[in-house]
Amino acid sequence: MLSVSSILGYGFPEDSLKAGLARNPHYVGVDGGSTDPGAFYLGSGECLSAHMAMKRDLRLMLTGAVPQCVPVVIGTCGGAGGEPHLQAVAELARTIAREEGLQFRMALIHAEQEPSKVQSWFDNGKISALRNVPALTTATISRATRIVGMMGAEPFTRALNQGAQVVLAGRASDAASWAGCAMRNGAQAAPSWYAGKMLECGSASATPKGHDCLMATVCDDHVDLEPMNHARKCTPLSVAMHGMHENASPTLHEEPGGLLHATDCTFTAISDHAVRVGGMRWTQRPYDIKLEGAECVGFRAITICGTRDPILIGQLDSYLHTARDDIAVRAAGFGVSAEKYQLVFHVYGKDGVMGAAEHVTQIRSHELGIIVEVVSDSEEDAIAVLSIARVVVAKVDFIGRLCKGGNMAFPFSPSDIPVGFTYKFSLFHVVRTDDPYAMFPTEYEEVR
Amino acid sequence: MAKLRDIAKIIKSKNAGPFEITIDIMFETQYLYDKVVASGVINAQLFAKLYGVDVKDVLYTPYPAALAMKGTMPRHISSGDIGDTDVYGAQQHAPMLDVEIPSILTKKD
Repeated sequence: MLSVSSILGYGFPEDSLKAGLARNPHYVGVDGGSTDPGAFYLGSGECLSAHMAMKRDLRLMLTGAVPQCVPVVIGTCGGAGGEPHLQAVAELARTIAREEGLQFRMALIHAEQEPSKVQSWFDNGKISALRNVPALTTATISRATRIVGMMGAEPFTRALNQGAQVVLAGRASDAASWAGCAMRNGAQAAPSWYAGKMLECGSASATPKGHDCLMATVCDDHVDLEPMNHARKCTPLSVAMHGMHENASPTLHEEPGGLLHATDCTFTAISDHAVRVGGMRWTQRPYDIKLEGAECVGFRAITICGTRDPILIGQLDSYLHTARDDIAVRAAGFGVSAEKYQLVFHVYGKDGVMGAAEHVTQIRSHELGIIVEVVSDSEEDAIAVLSIARVVVAKVDFIGRLCKGGNMAFPFSPSDIPVGFTYKFSLFHVVRTDDPYAMFPTEYEEVR
Repeated sequence: MAKLRDIAKIIKSKNAGPFEITIDIMFETQYLYDKVVASGVINAQLFAKLYGVDVKDVLYTPYPAALAMKGTMPRHISSGDIGDTDVYGAQQHAPMLDVEIPSILTKKD
């Protein structure tokens, strides 16, 4: 199985794809997304990668694999795997087929979930929270902008068995598309899922890491991994290290329908750039589907500024306190009370990177950068409060103030930046099911 | 006495989903890894203390195959929510850099 990159649209060298296709893989694919860039993409429906970047990658995959009769499989289309994301990638596939004169049977596996269904699962006690996630409430479900379910391997296997040559899926476990492909060809669950864990990040398990193609060969009790670019190597250490990436545990990976154990994995070099991994185990568990939901937290406006004044820096906390109070008085004056907005000062040079977790308490910098952030349910309110906040941080008085021209240097005009509606993950829960397919209806179309 | 920053190959932080941060510490040689493990300095209590979280919420796993140890803990603010400072969680590793391992001698000792 050949993975072209870590995310559709992140790119890969064309020669690596050619080298991979020359090896006659059973499948070509790529993972499409992640929760890592935040809930904005799930909430807004926008794609993580630019359309032209996804189109470039998809064009090379389709024009390379389809004439060779190698199925193309993509999970979590468009970054978040909701309906608009899936449709955006499907539309790219149709356009490329027209432009390149390709014909193929395409499956679209949907992953978006009806809030009313989520509510009924909740009412029937089928939903539970993942570790370190707040318990679910009815209000959380009703506020969600979009909810997706994270499919396992089975919907991919079914779509391929129905003759799909191109499978585009909504939200899926990163490894699921690969596991579904390998198990369809008779491979055991343990090496199939392990291969998926490696393939979902392209050649990130190689050294040097990069967005590039990786080949995985799944055998009865082991997986062979080999980068398709000779500038990269898989080494026992690079593969073992990649198993830790973005996972809570380096050795236990929870997947729909089971648990992948990497505790006893062995890593052996089989050439100067390929590695054999053995000893992985799979234990079946009740089938849980993860639900991801995004909730709008309001409209965000920001301004960026900095101070070089040691007198201000020496009393920063009281200065910000005074500014906050003054902003509240002035905003209330034009009808926006303090309950209607949230005001955050991100102070770079103090605790802008670590926030409350910062353990360095003394400011050691001669200058500080500040991002003033206002979030409100109302776009108009957010922009108005940010506007007055910009005036206040520049002009508010403090003890010993000499810089009567202004407290802050603003690098840009206009200084006020409307960022847009912003989202947080509100659902990160699992629903117990006995049917791996029911939440993921599949449509088939003949693309030409 | 050696600081982790002087003996580790990688000290990194990253999201493990939007509600957790995971920190990986990796070493170049079996010798260093074994020394650090044997020192007993790195454990769930250390993560809890450095990051202000409850020790029962820390998932700590040594991973000899990668000469590494991993600690995963809840975020104070979920990724991208209001007040968050690090959407990808990629710059939360610094408190680990100065952790001292007494059983390893450096030129300064």
